[in-house]
Amino acid sequence: MSEALLAVTDLVAGYEGPVVGPLSFDLRAGEVVALTGPNGAGKSTVLRALTGQARRLGGAVWRAPGVTLAYQAQQAPELGEVPLRARELLGLHGAYRCQALPNRLKRLLGSRIDRLSGGQRQLFLVWAAMLHPGNLLLLDEPTNNLDTDGEQLLADALRALPPERGALVISHEPEFLRQVAHRVVEVRPA
Amino acid sequence: MNVDLLFDPLFRVPLAVGLLLSLLLPLLGLYLRLRQEWLAALGFAHLAGAGGVLASLAGLPVLLLALLVAGAGVLAQGLLRRPSNDVYACMILLGWSVMLLGASFSHHAQLLGQALVDGQLYFAGLDHLVGAVLFAIVTALALPFLSRRLLRIRLFPGQDQANGAPVRALGLLFNGLVAVGVGLGATAIGVMAAFALMFVPAWIAFALAPGWRPAVVLAMVLGLVAYVLAFATAMLLDLPFGPVCVAWLVAMTPLRLIPRR
Repeated sequence: MSEALLAVTDLVAGYEGPVVGPLSFDLRAGEVVALTGPNGAGKSTVLRALTGQARRLGGAVWRAPGVTLAYQAQQAPELGEVPLRARELLGLHGAYRCQALPNRLKRLLGSRIDRLSGGQRQLFLVWAAMLHPGNLLLLDEPTNNLDTDGEQLLADALRALPPERGALVISHEPEFLRQVAHRVVEVRPA
Repeated sequence: MNVDLLFDPLFRVPLAVGLLLSLLLPLLGLYLRLRQEWLAALGFAHLAGAGGVLASLAGLPVLLLALLVAGAGVLAQGLLRRPSNDVYACMILLGWSVMLLGASFSHHAQLLGQALVDGQLYFAGLDHLVGAVLFAIVTALALPFLSRRLLRIRLFPGQDQANGAPVRALGLLFNGLVAVGVGLGATAIGVMAAFALMFVPAWIAFALAPGWRPAVVLAMVLGLVAYVLAFATAMLLDLPFGPVCVAWLVAMTPLRLIPRR
């Protein structure tokens, strides 16, 4: 059996008060686990609790020693004007393995990220997380703004995840989740 | 018009102080703009100005108290947990009020307040030069460490925090650098010139530069060019340095309109 990366037990999470939980699940290396549930169920809050941006109000989160996180937030930051090339964006994560990038992104490596389309920028943000050296990947609605090709590229990349990495994915795209997820965890509001 | 004035040994220290600041302030301005906190420059500058005037009233070293008060602004901002432009607007109002009220209490404080508004670079002394050199060294050491982290915090919110990085402490450290830079700048070249050096070159570089490193180079070059032009103009035409420096920087702003590829 593959090594456990994360174990969440009876987690209750929120901000001023509880938003989600209690929720229990675990994630092993080589696995892709999907968090599903209706809007407002608290799926993003679960990821934000794992990254320290939301409060853990109850339960326990265990992370295997040495596990680091690669996180793609649900909402890309409002960038405005930023003189940063896509190549520099990936480099911020130490993601220099640009040969692993899809060709459609390689062509854009020299472009400023604020001059890319919303979908192109989203693809780079998702790929920055994919290329991050962290072994636990947290993707919050990575298919937002992506066209069909972009979704397929991402699904292919997640299916080819190295055996030492695991991914926790939130998405409202059933077909995408059917392609990538080994297990589905239903999230319910507190 | 006396061209020899430009090379007068009397003005070598102010020239050197200004040269260092004209490179460092635009550099910090880039990161302030990245963090959408460019108003911080004006906030800290006004606090530094207020500190300078209070020092004059209390008979304390002007530069030291200016830096301390600007530093207190950084701490207050950190404690409030509200790194928003609202806080910096309050700093501007508080600093402006204290600076002008304080200046009304003594002739010496009034002169200093006027110098802070006018930006009379020629009064910058050895303390400013030592401060600027030390500040340049600290910035050169700290910024390579901070740069990638500041960019990451802005572009990948939550990523560094997820792995336990002290995100708030990094923000405070950066704002501490800004406060020192602005404190030095406000007392050496005036409140508004220090702000303009932080704001305008970064604003132009954000529009024109094809990437982050070119933006760093462009902002520093623009700051340096504006400073040298302002120094020469102010000396040759016997004008107050601060407004001349601001005018040159404002004259550069149409560069933003250069068509980009």
